[in-house]
Amino acid sequence: MSNASVNNESGLLAWIDARFPLSKMMREHATEYYAGKNFNVWYVFGVLAMVVLIMQLLTGIFLTMSYKPSATDAFASVEYIMRDVEWGWLIRYLHSTGASAFFIVVYLHMFRAMLYGSYKKPRELLWLIGMLIYLALMAEGFFGYLLPWGQMSYWGAQVIISLFGALPVVGDPLVEWIRGDYNISDITLNRFFALHVIAVPLALVMLVVMHILALHETGSNNPDGIEIKENKGPDGIPVDGIAFHPYYTSKDLVAIIVFLILFSAVVFFAPEMGGYFLEHANFEPANSLKTPEHIAPVWYFTPFYAILRAVPSKLGGVLLMGGAIFVLFLLPWIDRSKVKSIRYRGWGYKLPLAVFAVSFVALGILGTLPAEGVYTLLARLFSFLYFAFFLYLYIYTGSEQGKPVPERLTYHG
Amino acid sequence: MSDDTGLSRRRFLSVATTVTGVVGAGFAATPFIASWQPSARARALGAPVEVDISKLEDGALMKVTWRGKPVSILRRSSEMLKRMENSSVALRDPESEEDQQPNYARNEFRSIKPEVLVIVSNCTHLGCVPTSRFEVAPADLGPDWVGGFFCPCHGSKFDLSGRVFAGVPAPTNLVVPPYRFADDNTLIIGEDAEVAA
Repeated sequence: MSNASVNNESGLLAWIDARFPLSKMMREHATEYYAGKNFNVWYVFGVLAMVVLIMQLLTGIFLTMSYKPSATDAFASVEYIMRDVEWGWLIRYLHSTGASAFFIVVYLHMFRAMLYGSYKKPRELLWLIGMLIYLALMAEGFFGYLLPWGQMSYWGAQVIISLFGALPVVGDPLVEWIRGDYNISDITLNRFFALHVIAVPLALVMLVVMHILALHETGSNNPDGIEIKENKGPDGIPVDGIAFHPYYTSKDLVAIIVFLILFSAVVFFAPEMGGYFLEHANFEPANSLKTPEHIAPVWYFTPFYAILRAVPSKLGGVLLMGGAIFVLFLLPWIDRSKVKSIRYRGWGYKLPLAVFAVSFVALGILGTLPAEGVYTLLARLFSFLYFAFFLYLYIYTGSEQGKPVPERLTYHG
Repeated sequence: MSDDTGLSRRRFLSVATTVTGVVGAGFAATPFIASWQPSARARALGAPVEVDISKLEDGALMKVTWRGKPVSILRRSSEMLKRMENSSVALRDPESEEDQQPNYARNEFRSIKPEVLVIVSNCTHLGCVPTSRFEVAPADLGPDWVGGFFCPCHGSKFDLSGRVFAGVPAPTNLVVPPYRFADDNTLIIGEDAEVAA
């Protein structure tokens, strides 16, 4: 129908369409991509992540124009950006705040998937690609954090790279290979710069494209967790679906504006966020002879860091920390429940999910505190609860009886 | 030749082409992976360093860099050595059985001369620099503490020979680098001593 009419038109668009599937792609991914009509506020974080990604790419490109990736110049070049480059402070604060904002929206985006079972069949691959994006994001954050070449940059990298040294046999040569030197040096900084500005962003962008393609293949989940494609009208359009454009694009625009207001407030009034977004120790240049009194990674790594420190064994800690991330990959197969949305699942799911969320946040807080006394005990307790959630979920969902799921989407769950 | 008679031949050729391609990709990847090894310049900068310890007093510690790593040289007083001998703290590897030191330092005090300790000051847990805590029984380290090294990052403890305590995150003793005495007061760090172990 619409296909033929577009192709018969003359003009620039028709000329392009005969050579590149522009209108076709617009239809497939926007004007004729149908998503459930009952999306709530949890559904804005995907698009916000895209906004932040684009912002990071743009500000990052401009930062590379003044930054020097060498051990002698790096720290001073960041100060140069902050003090001498026109608007350099803004570009850098947008980038550093953007890193934290990226993780905030991605964590909320992931939690949304857990609320509404968005990782369940047929969206397992969508979830796996998303997890790869999360891994790439962590790598990006880690490589980027070394670049200012401050004390926390240096020692944070030292600790994380040393994690690989826990592996038996290959550990030590592997660590040397990653650093390219006997200790973290100019060589390490230079290669982390290459990874941070070329390799990982490229992978990130490709993964995001795959994530969206996979999403548009299966169709978006919704807060009721039912498949709108199973109920189509005579025109072949899901009766509970509305077109992504213009309906969700205009809704997303509101979310983007609200987000940018909050984001700007941080950039202009609290770019260091009390030492959580930019840590105080990083205002001192890297010194290989002295570790800061208290070292902690940036807040978005602290949940896993707390798990690492909770274990009184090097290899054990590293394995458990890796396991904490890896177990998320398996979520679509750990959660065996037929019901997707939390709206139609009982307290047997709601309560443990709440405990899991609390444990994750608690670990995040503990990871910023020194590992001593009661903090270590608490970190052990919450690490246990973190893993217990997945074990429980596998056992419980084997026989979980959800509530009846409606035929059509609802507006109030 | 009919269509189906060539099928197994084609399958074989497909597999052979794929395998050849994968092997070729492996060879092609080698230079890129190897380029991450320490470069010739990094290795050259990792040459042995000479240290004058004539001004190092009893109980004092000095730090030098060797291969970019902090190396601590501690002149232990006889009292420090005695305290260590009498300590009752449980160590994970008291006899230095793990390969964390050259053979000539595999002895009671993990050193060539008992009073001069030479160690790499990177915690064997995750590489932080342990702080020097040579006082006896400070409030935060407990009554059994007779002096040693404490890592602020994850709480690992080491005695005055860099031997790791039991029950801390660090798995092994601190590393003793290869070193030798050029004369009584000059250390060469990075070169092995020719001492019969």
